[in-house]
Amino acid sequence: MAASTDTTAGKTGFRAWLNKRLPVDEFVDSQLIGYFAPKNFNLWYFFGSLALLVFVIQILSGIFLTMHYKPSEAMAFDSVEYIMREVEWGWLIRYLHSTGASFFFIVVYLHMFRALMYGSYRAPRELLWILGMLLYLALMAEAFMGYVLPWGNMSYWGAQVIVNLFGTIPVIGPGIVEWIRGDYGIADSTLNRFFALHVIAVPFAIAFLILMHLVALRQTGSNNPDGIEIKAKTGADGKPLDGIPFHPYYTVKDIVGVGVFLLFFCGVIFFVPTFGGLFLEKPNFEPANALSTPEHIAPVWYFTAFYAMLRAVPDQQMGALLMLLAIVVLFFLPWLDRSPVKSIRYKGWISKLALALFVVAFVALSYLGLQPADGLYVILARIFTAVYFAFFILMPWYTSIETCKPAPERVSYHA
Amino acid sequence: MRKSVVIAALGLALALTSSLGFAAGSGPHAAWMDWKPGNDVSNIASLQRGAANFMGYCAGCHSLKYNRYSRVAADLNIPEEQMEKLLLLPGTKKGDYMISPMQAVDGEAWFGKAPPDLSLITRSKGSDYVFQFLKTFYVDPKHPNGTNNLALPGTAMPHVLSALQGLQEAKFETVEKTVDGAKVSESHWQSFELASPGQLSAEEYDAFLRDTVNFLEYAGEPYKAKRQSLGVWVILFLLVFTGFAYLLKREYWKDVK
Repeated sequence: MAASTDTTAGKTGFRAWLNKRLPVDEFVDSQLIGYFAPKNFNLWYFFGSLALLVFVIQILSGIFLTMHYKPSEAMAFDSVEYIMREVEWGWLIRYLHSTGASFFFIVVYLHMFRALMYGSYRAPRELLWILGMLLYLALMAEAFMGYVLPWGNMSYWGAQVIVNLFGTIPVIGPGIVEWIRGDYGIADSTLNRFFALHVIAVPFAIAFLILMHLVALRQTGSNNPDGIEIKAKTGADGKPLDGIPFHPYYTVKDIVGVGVFLLFFCGVIFFVPTFGGLFLEKPNFEPANALSTPEHIAPVWYFTAFYAMLRAVPDQQMGALLMLLAIVVLFFLPWLDRSPVKSIRYKGWISKLALALFVVAFVALSYLGLQPADGLYVILARIFTAVYFAFFILMPWYTSIETCKPAPERVSYHA
Repeated sequence: MRKSVVIAALGLALALTSSLGFAAGSGPHAAWMDWKPGNDVSNIASLQRGAANFMGYCAGCHSLKYNRYSRVAADLNIPEEQMEKLLLLPGTKKGDYMISPMQAVDGEAWFGKAPPDLSLITRSKGSDYVFQFLKTFYVDPKHPNGTNNLALPGTAMPHVLSALQGLQEAKFETVEKTVDGAKVSESHWQSFELASPGQLSAEEYDAFLRDTVNFLEYAGEPYKAKRQSLGVWVILFLLVFTGFAYLLKREYWKDVK
């Protein structure tokens, strides 16, 4: 695993020539073959590599969209229809990208839920978790700005609502809103800068954060469903007894995951690309119109949980603050969990119930954010917002008082 | 245990959202809201008839600004001479976008609103909506056009297809309701009755609309039929790929004890 002195030993020809100049084999040896992952990964451990796959899909499809898309108020909407109709395979490239956005959030949410279940955010993986949270934030910014680009009517009004949230910041709010838009309303200049940020700035930030996330993972090693450290039990050769080389074992396993993922992904692309108006909303097939507000404005499904929280509070400023807190609180998760064990398998019933309620609250809030904000819906949104926050606020208490089962010495694995 | 937690959580979430879904069905639900065209974009003959219907009854006022004549002809297997005779409006070339000869200013002056472009109407409103809109015109002397519409009340569009459908009268039922302590009377649609018949029977008119809506659905997404037929092969390939990937994984994982 450590850098060997002579990386070209026993190699001839091009391979020797190459490795003298670029440590290709050394990288593969140390990072893929020499990286030991716990052998008891289950279904939930597919979503990290799948998130990386979706990132690559988005970058590749995005490059081809950029070749035909026109980031201007006058031409943006038409250029998207041009891509859908007159560019060779343009419809496929566009659906790959629009479906990819939703699937990015699906796999990231499942990836995050995995971390919640098995305590993957706990020491020594606090930074790994925080880097992941930063990735989630960058992904939200990327998705939001990308959503504005087709310049449909929902793009326009969604941008209006979300950018105006910054206006609730005391004193400097209105100035910031103007600074973000580059105009007194959502306009051509807004579209242009969102394009620049969506295509260059944020993807670079995401790529860098992915690299850091992976480097941090190499440092601490992966957690696993039992929430124990495989490095604690090593064999005579210094390798973890419960670890197996990432390559070839997890590379071949992840390929199966890729196949199953692509079945779902392509099923949506080829048969239900709008996903009943959830992935591509009906009002967004009408061009942006400052004079016609859609019947009810809702962001795309992956933001609706937070949108429901915003609307659950009568005061917009407090609502925006609550929304911000809902995300900020996730950063503190490593220090809120006081349980002696990491994995939900060995935690007590309160933790299990709390996690179940948290999932219910998040799904329910996501649903409520898509509905009009009146009557019963607002009351329910308030209840579930309270549940969402209670999961975190009460965590130091319930994780320290409950009786846990002892975590095993070795991981549980049945071949 | 962990599995039961996950399943219980997901089950609860599902049960909750579906029960909310039922609660959300507010407002009177009328039978016409369930009318569906039953069209199929892979039916070329239907698309050809729909294109002819569109050119005959819609294209005078409505554009399809993202569709080209030549492309429609190619997609719908319409030979070139036929296209020139049946599709092209006077003064247009085969590579042109299908723009209506009516000027927007004229439309505004004549109807109070310029007739909208229809190239994305089935995507922004849905095919069902277009079908319901074209089927629910009824006689309403209070309205400037003499007709009104259930799907789009107060529409500026006259009942252009009345010669085909005939004119129907709508029966409404007045329902007294108390909303927040105040008495409100709502009129709920009950049924239609044909006052003066048109050239087509009810079934023929439905078929006419089915073809027309089908053509508009095609116009909204010209690649839809190709997308679906290609998708079958993509899924079949992925099934085979995943199968072999699984066999490969099983082979490698034999040594993991």
